[in-house]
Amino acid sequence: MRRLLQPDGSLVEGGCSRLGPEQLVEALRWMLLSRLVDARATALQRQGRFGTHSPVKGQEASVVGSAMALDPAVDWIAPSYRELPALVRHGYPLERILGRSMGRSPAATRIPDGVNVLPNQVALATQLQHAVGLAWGLRLQGRPGVVMAYFGEGAASEGDSHEAMNLAGVRRAPVVFLLMNNQWAISTSREVQSAGQFFRRAEGYGFAGVQVDGNDLLAVFEAATDAVARARAGEGPTLIECVTYRLSFHNTTDNPRRYLPPGWLERAECEDPIPRLEAHLAWLGLWDQGARAALEAEVAEEVEAAVQAALAMPPSRPEDLFDQVYALPPERVRRQRQELLQHVQEP
Amino acid sequence: MAERNIVEAIRDGLAFEMERDPRVLVLGLDVGRLGGVFRATEGLLERFGPDRVVDMPLAEGAIVGSSVGLALSGLVPVAEIQFLGFTHQAFQQIGPQLARYRARSYGRFGCQVTIRAPSGGGVRTPEFHPDSIEAQFVQTPGIKVACPATPADARGLLLSAIRDPDPVLFVEPQRLYRQGREEVPEGDVVVPFGRLRVARPGTDVTLVAWSAAVELCLRAAERLAGEGISAEVLDLRTLVPLDVEGLTAAVARTGRAVVVQEAPLSAGFGAEVAATLQEECFFSLDAPVARVAAWDVPYPAASLEGWYLPTVRRVVGAARRTVSV
Ligand SMILES: Cc1ncc(C[n+]2csc(CCOP(=O)(O)OP(=O)(O)O)c2C)c(N)n1
Ligand SMILES: [Mg+2]
Repeated sequence: MRRLLQPDGSLVEGGCSRLGPEQLVEALRWMLLSRLVDARATALQRQGRFGTHSPVKGQEASVVGSAMALDPAVDWIAPSYRELPALVRHGYPLERILGRSMGRSPAATRIPDGVNVLPNQVALATQLQHAVGLAWGLRLQGRPGVVMAYFGEGAASEGDSHEAMNLAGVRRAPVVFLLMNNQWAISTSREVQSAGQFFRRAEGYGFAGVQVDGNDLLAVFEAATDAVARARAGEGPTLIECVTYRLSFHNTTDNPRRYLPPGWLERAECEDPIPRLEAHLAWLGLWDQGARAALEAEVAEEVEAAVQAALAMPPSRPEDLFDQVYALPPERVRRQRQELLQHVQEP
Repeated sequence: MAERNIVEAIRDGLAFEMERDPRVLVLGLDVGRLGGVFRATEGLLERFGPDRVVDMPLAEGAIVGSSVGLALSGLVPVAEIQFLGFTHQAFQQIGPQLARYRARSYGRFGCQVTIRAPSGGGVRTPEFHPDSIEAQFVQTPGIKVACPATPADARGLLLSAIRDPDPVLFVEPQRLYRQGREEVPEGDVVVPFGRLRVARPGTDVTLVAWSAAVELCLRAAERLAGEGISAEVLDLRTLVPLDVEGLTAAVARTGRAVVVQEAPLSAGFGAEVAATLQEECFFSLDAPVARVAAWDVPYPAASLEGWYLPTVRRVVGAARRTVSV
């Protein structure tokens, strides 16, 4: 397993970081923002003002480190549902993402034109097939983009995962499969998913597979930039397995105390990527209490502004059910739309 | 007898069958230590061990496909698909395989397999979790489709499903899982397939439903009673087999029917009910058979589901119009 950053914040023997001071702080900023959004969204969900939330907590280095290898102008993200900071960095405004979960107008919360992000995907692993087609299509048209597709170690058991990776190898599609091995698929442990190692599957598909310490921002960034460079150079896909830990519940409906072995969470918390990155910044002499407090305050303000902006968005309307189902709606569906609008107006 | 809600009744039914028949095993996502995301299999792992209560890799195709093979080996799998919307990921193993295995082998191989799956809306679940796609499985002959709406039926129909030599899709109404308890028999009491239940007697109009829509119709019937309209509520219990005699006899008594489904209107099972009624008892009908359904759009985000699903008001309106013909 590739690792560059030691838990104490120092680099491993001979290790070298590809991220300069500014980028390191930028990464930490995204990670802190993500952590704060998790807390805020969970609190709002508990008050009945937010839909189901799947926290990123614990996986921020993997999500942010991989996303920072992308150029939002040309590259694409095919997300699952646990990659919020990657989407925001790529240009999907935070208030829209939050507004979507807060039942605001779908027109106000949709992915803006020109932002190369596919919709959140709940049907596990289906997005991998789309990512391969998208990458393949970009290549056929001589367009420069690379597609980063996120999925969990649980989703990696789905047939779609095998089909997508196999095809990507055959077509040498410019796609990076970012397998987020957070050890759990709801209550199902990683051992139940596979008797082998995830990253080794790549060999069978004929492309590169690497395993990185997913709580090590530098290692994730290195693996992702190498993979993106290969894809851009026409050398095909890469499978990156980020070994990380889900430090929260699966989502706001889940209670992990029912199934986590005693001590598991406490051990995993020692690998928290945020203190590790802060220790690295301190090791570089770039970090102190004051700098942290300033960054935290800045991020808190940004999150609060996004929550307020989401609350200020118009609510969903009955016609939103109908308006983007077809480009050319059948007459019968138009009539149903009328019927609903009449119905909601009646007392 | 014991007071049970639907989840408890299912859990009890599973345990009863596993105790009675050592060939029965339960497999699915998170069914072991967690006891399933709705706790329907809670306690079974501790009681029956990991060979009979199996946490599966995250692959619905593997859950159903291997159930076919487990059945071929002589076992009786009860597979849990976490939500009915994720049977799509297993569809190539359900319609074309599980359902047709007996026909393909001309009876040499049958598949005694039950697939349990929660379904239905109104509980603000994420995308694909609330979709009512039961009618899709009516179009793949060879598999039976059960849709209980009460705790006693959940247990009794589940026993029938597990014992049925044919494969069964067992659709569970997630909105009603914990909504209310009733007396549920504890022993070997089955509810046979293909016999509908009169959920509420009435004389002016017949409301026909299955799964959680039965509960909706009961509320609508209550409202209609306040207006002096006596509505009978039929719970079909199983879509395959459909109780054609019971259905036509009941509708012939009132001469008026409203079919209510949570699925989108077009080509839903309600269309099958309406077509059957006009074929079987056209001359007993005093009004066209009405349908109340979700719209022909994908199941929307939670904030919109109240406008998507059929409501008491829409059922009442349809019943009123039907009665006034
Ligand atoms: C096809 C499909 N089956 C089942 C589910 C229900 N489900 C949602 S998340 C999840 C676990 C996913 O685990 P993993 O892929 O490891 O991702 P993680 O949640 O750990 O990020 C399951 C079973 C689903 N959303 N889609
Ligand atoms: Mg996982």
